[in-house]
Amino acid sequence: MNYLYAFLFAGFACAIAQIILDNTKLTPGHITSLYTAVGAFLSFLGVYDNLIAKFGAGATSLISNFGHMLYSSALQGYMEEGVIGIFTNMLTKSSAAITGAIVFAFLLSVVFKPKD
Amino acid sequence: MNKDEYKKLVEKHTPKEPRLRNIGVAFLVGGIVGFIGEFLIYMLTSSFGMSESIAGVYTCLIIIGLASLLTALGFFDNWVNKCKCGLIIPTTGFAHSVTSSALDYKKDGLITGLGSNFFKLAGSVILYGVISAFILVIVRVVIGG
Repeated sequence: MNYLYAFLFAGFACAIAQIILDNTKLTPGHITSLYTAVGAFLSFLGVYDNLIAKFGAGATSLISNFGHMLYSSALQGYMEEGVIGIFTNMLTKSSAAITGAIVFAFLLSVVFKPKD
Repeated sequence: MNKDEYKKLVEKHTPKEPRLRNIGVAFLVGGIVGFIGEFLIYMLTSSFGMSESIAGVYTCLIIIGLASLLTALGFFDNWVNKCKCGLIIPTTGFAHSVTSSALDYKKDGLITGLGSNFFKLAGSVILYGVISAFILVIVRVVIGG
């Protein structure tokens, strides 16, 4: 049942993005940025944790989860250390995703040649 | 030929985007990515005894690593063209954009090419993510104390 929920939610989010992409002049760059901001906003409303509880990886494998991680770790930083905590903790949870993307992309791009 | 006729002719010959099919494909492919993520989390928690949050981090890394590898091998560009949002909206899109810009600009040198263009596409995600999270935390702090 978890699989079905994850499938449906991730698919739903992608279908909405596709509708926006086809019917407006926005580029994929606009839409991913929009989804990240929406993720942060849903986290702000306290909705995103519920989404993760219900849809599991369906919610965490989307780019909007990046916004959620940024917001929740920044807020946690504020709770623990005050205003300076926002700055020192902003990227803690999303560190794995950013570092992973940097390391894999760098190593692979050094090894492989671009195909055209 | 007057203007209206010309317009009709242009419309007739403009290739139509199969919108309904695009939505269906995006739904299916995006759903499959979510499904794979859920499956990986299940595998890692049940077979390796990881906690849910650690398994989530590994899953994220595996998906990013796979997307980067497939981009470097040259498969992913075609897939993104066909599936569009199905692969752009999941974390795979982030990995794809970083790897593809790294590969494309490698020829201009490691610093001026690869380095300075590394976050060409993914930069906006990080920038607006951090800015929106920052503003929202400030709002939350002002409202909630």
